[in-house]
Amino acid sequence: MLLELRALEVRYGGIRAVRGIDLAVGAGELVCLIGGNGAGKTSTLKAISGLLPLAGGSLRYDGEEIADLPVYERPRRGLVMVPEGRGIFAQLTVAENLAMGAYARRDREVQADLERQYETFPRLAERRGQVAGTLSGGEQQMLAMARALMTRPRLLLLDEPSMGLAPLMVMRIFEVVRTIARQGVTILLVEQNARLALEVAARGYVMESGAITLEGDAKSLLGDARVREAYLGETAAQGEDSWSVEAQ
Amino acid sequence: MSGAGRIERIAGSRAGVAMVTLALILLPFVLTQVGTSWVRILNFALLYVLLALGLNIVVGFAGLLDLGYIAFYAVGAYVYALLAGPQFGLHLPFWIILPIGALVAALFGVLLGAPTLKLRGDYIAMVTLGFGEIIRIFLNNLSQPFNLTNGPQGLARLDPLRLGEFDFSTRQEIAGFDFSGPMKTYYLLVLVAIAIIVITLRLQNSRIGRAWEAVREDETAARAMGINTTRIKLLAFAMGASFGGVAGGIFSSIQGFISPESFVLHESIIVVAMVVLGGMGNIPGVVLGALLLSFAPEVLRWTVTPVQEALFGRMLIEPEVIRILLYGFALVLIMHFRPAGLLPSAVRKRELEATRA
Repeated sequence: MLLELRALEVRYGGIRAVRGIDLAVGAGELVCLIGGNGAGKTSTLKAISGLLPLAGGSLRYDGEEIADLPVYERPRRGLVMVPEGRGIFAQLTVAENLAMGAYARRDREVQADLERQYETFPRLAERRGQVAGTLSGGEQQMLAMARALMTRPRLLLLDEPSMGLAPLMVMRIFEVVRTIARQGVTILLVEQNARLALEVAARGYVMESGAITLEGDAKSLLGDARVREAYLGETAAQGEDSWSVEAQ
Repeated sequence: MSGAGRIERIAGSRAGVAMVTLALILLPFVLTQVGTSWVRILNFALLYVLLALGLNIVVGFAGLLDLGYIAFYAVGAYVYALLAGPQFGLHLPFWIILPIGALVAALFGVLLGAPTLKLRGDYIAMVTLGFGEIIRIFLNNLSQPFNLTNGPQGLARLDPLRLGEFDFSTRQEIAGFDFSGPMKTYYLLVLVAIAIIVITLRLQNSRIGRAWEAVREDETAARAMGINTTRIKLLAFAMGASFGGVAGGIFSSIQGFISPESFVLHESIIVVAMVVLGGMGNIPGVVLGALLLSFAPEVLRWTVTPVQEALFGRMLIEPEVIRILLYGFALVLIMHFRPAGLLPSAVRKRELEATRA
């Protein structure tokens, strides 16, 4: 397993946001973590990327315990997070943002990687000289992902990439998530948009009130009655395609 | 075409470099014709250029608002005063003291930086403001129990600026030209300023410079990019402080006397004003801001009284009062019409255009 959480706990003061969860992601896998607002999904990702300290449990990456590894060391080892709300450098241009992504690298293939990102995200190529803050929400999300790819991640943590985007843009972002996964990058995807997440992922975890309540391969989760009712907005009577409402 | 770009292009051409060099060489001769005190004023303006360039690293590059910067100037000045004066009977040569002063100042920079690491924005300003005052108050009171700084009386009879046998404080004839002490000091200051400008430019375009930029724009995102923000911020404080320390050492050697009074909060604020007015993060802008704000008061000092006498027949308002008035007025005008500074950096300009639009 590339990433392995055991009894991982995260606290905000006295509040336990993550209550001892077990979660594993194998190399090359695309795994999603779904659940409602405040379920502890983002806290989990922040703990993995080091932005929040662990209150308990263990966090193993690439066979090594990394709970005490400083935040800035993690991207250098290929553990990269694309934060919720994207966290791009709004005053810098698209090209400058991407260059920043390669900050920790010292190899000679940065330029080649840059060209590759422009291929994957042709929209960014068109706007490479534009100030990032003036991009649309979807373009900013693409930039954040492209910038993360510039660090040459082995494990990419995506936090709600669909948040706040128009339905069409959501589809496009998920297309990119698939492309990145196909390139061999391991992905842990956190999403509120359960249907889409389960459609792209191979396996999934369902999180509720800081604990994992369900896990399994994505197909069976999609068919699970409890998931359908709680996260896909379906009752027995309702039809398909209600995801776009959730994506608002 | 931006003003900064134009200036960089002109200065970049070979003819431009030759012209600037010639102007810098001739300047003190021209000023001596106007009045000898002007060379001295120019020297102080150059000290402010050094200070503004140092502060620019902290404020302009890394985006950490430092309101206690003058403390590092004080540290550099006192290091010189203690190592080249009668206080301990030490008379180390200038070229040994200067790096020591820079180092000690850098150390203080880290000392100040450490408690501000978890703070952002205005809170950094408050802590640094306090730090600047603490240093001044220490200087004022460290005459007891052990007399280190001689308290408010300050330290006097410091060694004049001397490099080997070459004395910068005396008049001398070189190759048929008459060089006064301040003129010789001027050339040294110009060389130091050029060295610091070169260092700053190289820093700006290095990995470190990019990391500072990232920290200024978004600290969390910077960390997510693998930037060790703790180290990079402390480095900004240390680099900025070391420039202040160098300036302080030279100040001591020129003055021959220092006291805590030279390092009041007002001085910190003036240096911040120079950086902001000239254009945060843009080196030509910062230099211009420092020169303007150090010359303007002097020009006013010489013009305010005669102008009033010509207009009203007598002096109505003291030059000092008018100076502060015009100073404030100029700052307001500039903040209104050129909020990114006179010669803004490209990124700052974008920032302000984005927020204004």
